[in-house]
Amino acid sequence: MSAQAVKNTPMVQNHSLRNGLSTIVAIGLLFGGLWLAEQHFDGYQTQLLNLVAINAILAVSLNFIYGFSGMFSLGHAGFMAIGAYVSALCILTPGQKEMLWLLEPIWGPLAELSTPFFFSVLMGGLAAAFCSFFIALPVMRLGGDYLGIATLGFAEIIRVLFTNIAPLTNGAIGLRGIPAYANAWWNYTWLIITLFIILSILKSNFGNVLKSIRDDEIAARTMGINTTAYRTMAFCVGGFFAGVGGALMGSLVTTIEPKMFNFQLTFNILLIVVAGGLGSVTGSMVGAAVITLMLEWLRIVEAPMNFGFVIIPGIPGMRMVIFSMLLVLIIIFRRQGLMGTREFSWNAFYNSIGFKDRESFERSES
Amino acid sequence: MKAAHLSTHPDYNPAAPVLQLKNVTMRFGGVTAIDGLNLTVPPKKIVGLIGPNGAGKTTVFNVITGFYTPTEGEVIFEEAPVVGVSPQKICALGIARTFQNIRLFAQGTVLDNVMVGCHVRRKCQWWMAPLCLPGFFREEKAIREKSMDLLNRLGLAHLARENAASLPYGAQRRLEIARALATDPTFLLLDEPAAGMNPQESGELMRFIEEIRDEFDLTILMIEHDMKVVMGVCSHIWVLEYGRLIAEGGPEGIRSNPKVITAYLGQEAVGK
Repeated sequence: MSAQAVKNTPMVQNHSLRNGLSTIVAIGLLFGGLWLAEQHFDGYQTQLLNLVAINAILAVSLNFIYGFSGMFSLGHAGFMAIGAYVSALCILTPGQKEMLWLLEPIWGPLAELSTPFFFSVLMGGLAAAFCSFFIALPVMRLGGDYLGIATLGFAEIIRVLFTNIAPLTNGAIGLRGIPAYANAWWNYTWLIITLFIILSILKSNFGNVLKSIRDDEIAARTMGINTTAYRTMAFCVGGFFAGVGGALMGSLVTTIEPKMFNFQLTFNILLIVVAGGLGSVTGSMVGAAVITLMLEWLRIVEAPMNFGFVIIPGIPGMRMVIFSMLLVLIIIFRRQGLMGTREFSWNAFYNSIGFKDRESFERSES
Repeated sequence: MKAAHLSTHPDYNPAAPVLQLKNVTMRFGGVTAIDGLNLTVPPKKIVGLIGPNGAGKTTVFNVITGFYTPTEGEVIFEEAPVVGVSPQKICALGIARTFQNIRLFAQGTVLDNVMVGCHVRRKCQWWMAPLCLPGFFREEKAIREKSMDLLNRLGLAHLARENAASLPYGAQRRLEIARALATDPTFLLLDEPAAGMNPQESGELMRFIEEIRDEFDLTILMIEHDMKVVMGVCSHIWVLEYGRLIAEGGPEGIRSNPKVITAYLGQEAVGK
C-alpha cells in the first residue's frame, strides 16, 4: 500500500540521514561559536548570550502551551519561580544557607542539602511540572481568557507564598550568592534538550493531536482524543521547561527574590512568543534572540543625546516606549508574528541554496 | 490495527442490532428535544433519520456519541449500554461521526487531519516520543501509511499536503468522512453529508456512501434533507417531528406516508 501511496502523491524524498548529520554539524558549530565567545566576549556580552538561550527555553515552553495547545496561560513567572527556588535550594552549600537565613532558621532537612547543578535544574523543572499538574486539575475546565486569568492568579499566589514561607524561601530577602554555574555551555545544552524533547513530541502524531485540540476541541473528542489528558500533558511539559528556564535564570543572575517573578516577566516571554509567531518553535527562537538583543540595544535612546543645536537629557524608560511602538507596528502589519506558523526545516534550507529535490521541483512546476 | 470490537467476540451474533435506542428522552429545561424515541439499527445497512428542521435529529446524534446524556432511556451499542460514556471512549468503541457544519482541523494539512483520526487506535504514549524507541517510529510510520492509504482510497491523495481549510466544499466533506474512517469504526454517523451539493455531486455521494459501506464493512446512519439521496441509499428510514417518531419503514412507505407529507409540506398538501 505504501508503493501505491508513493506513486500517487508527492511524497518527500527521504533525507533523514542528511538532515540528521546537518543537525549534528549545526550543534557542533554552535558549540564552536560558544568557545569563541568564551575567548573574546566581555562579561556584558556573555550575559546577553546567556539570556538569549534562557529566554529561548522559556519562549519555546510557553509556545508549547499557548501556540500549539491553545491554552492561554499567564502563569509562566510562577513556574519559573518554583524552578528557580527549588534549584537554588539544591545548589546552595550548607555554609551559605547558614549565613543566608538570618531572620528565621532554614527548615531542617534543607540545611544539609547540596546537589550537582544538572540534577538541581532537573529538580527545579520537575517541581514546576508537579505544581502545574495540580494547577491543571481545576483550571483545565476553563477556556480562553478565563484560563489566562486563573493562571495569572496562580503566579501571584506563588509569589506571595514565597514571600511568606521564610523557612523555605528566606522570605522577601530572597536568596543571594547562588553559585553561578549557569554558563553558556549549560544554558545552550539545556536549550538543545528543550528543543529535542518539544520537537520530538510536536513532530510525531501527538503534535497533530495537540493542534487538533487547539483547532476544534469537540471534533478532537469525537476522534477519540482524551482532550483533558492531553491539555494537562502540554501544561505540565511546558511547566517543566519554564521551571528549567527559571532555575538557569536564578543561577545566571545569582540573586533571586519573590519580587523578581512578577507579571512583567510573564509578559516579556509572551511578547517573544507572539512576536516570533504563535505555533512556531523557530519563531520563538528568533523572537528570543531579536527581542533580548533589541531591548539591550535600545538602551542608547535612554542616554543623553547631543544634536548640536539641542541637547536631550537621558530619559529612563524611553526604550520601553519605542519598544511598545514596535510591538504596535508588529500587531498592525504582521499579526501572525515573524514566522507565522512556519518552521525551519533542512529540506527547505537545502532547496533554497540550490539542492532541489524532486518534491520541490514538482511543486514549482504545478 | 483493527480494534477489539465486540464483533470479534465468539458469542457475537452477526444479526444482532448494532445500535438500539430504548425510550430515549432528552430534555433541555422545558424543551423536549427527543421524546421517547425507540430505534433499532440493523447491521451492515445504510439507514436514514429525517425530519423538518429542529426535529431533534442532531440531538439524537449527540446522544449516541456521548455529548449529551439522555434524560431518560437507554442507548445500547453492540449489546453494551453506552449512556454516560464519554465521547472519546465511544469513539474507541467504534462509533465515528461527521458534523453538519464541517469541523475539520483547519490549520492542519489534509494528511494531518486523517492522522489525528488514527490516534485513537495507537498504543504508544506521548512520553515515548523523545526516547527514540524503534517501536514508536514504527507506529508513526504505520499511522502515516494507513492515512495515505485511506486518502488514496477516498481519492484525496493528491491533496494530502494542502491545508484542510483551503479545500473545496465537497472535498472537505469527503475529508471529514476519511478522518472518521481513520478511527476504524464499525458504525458511522453522517450528519447531512449532501448539504450544499448540486444534483451531480449528490449522485456521486450516494455511490460513495455505498462503496465505503461495502469496503469498510460499516453500518451507516445518516441525517439528510436531500430526499433523492435518502430514498436512493437508505434501506430503512425514521421520521422525526418535534422530537417524536412519526413514521418508520422502507423508502416507498415513507414517501407515501400522509403523516410524513404533512410534516414536510403542511396540512393542505395532503388534501390535494
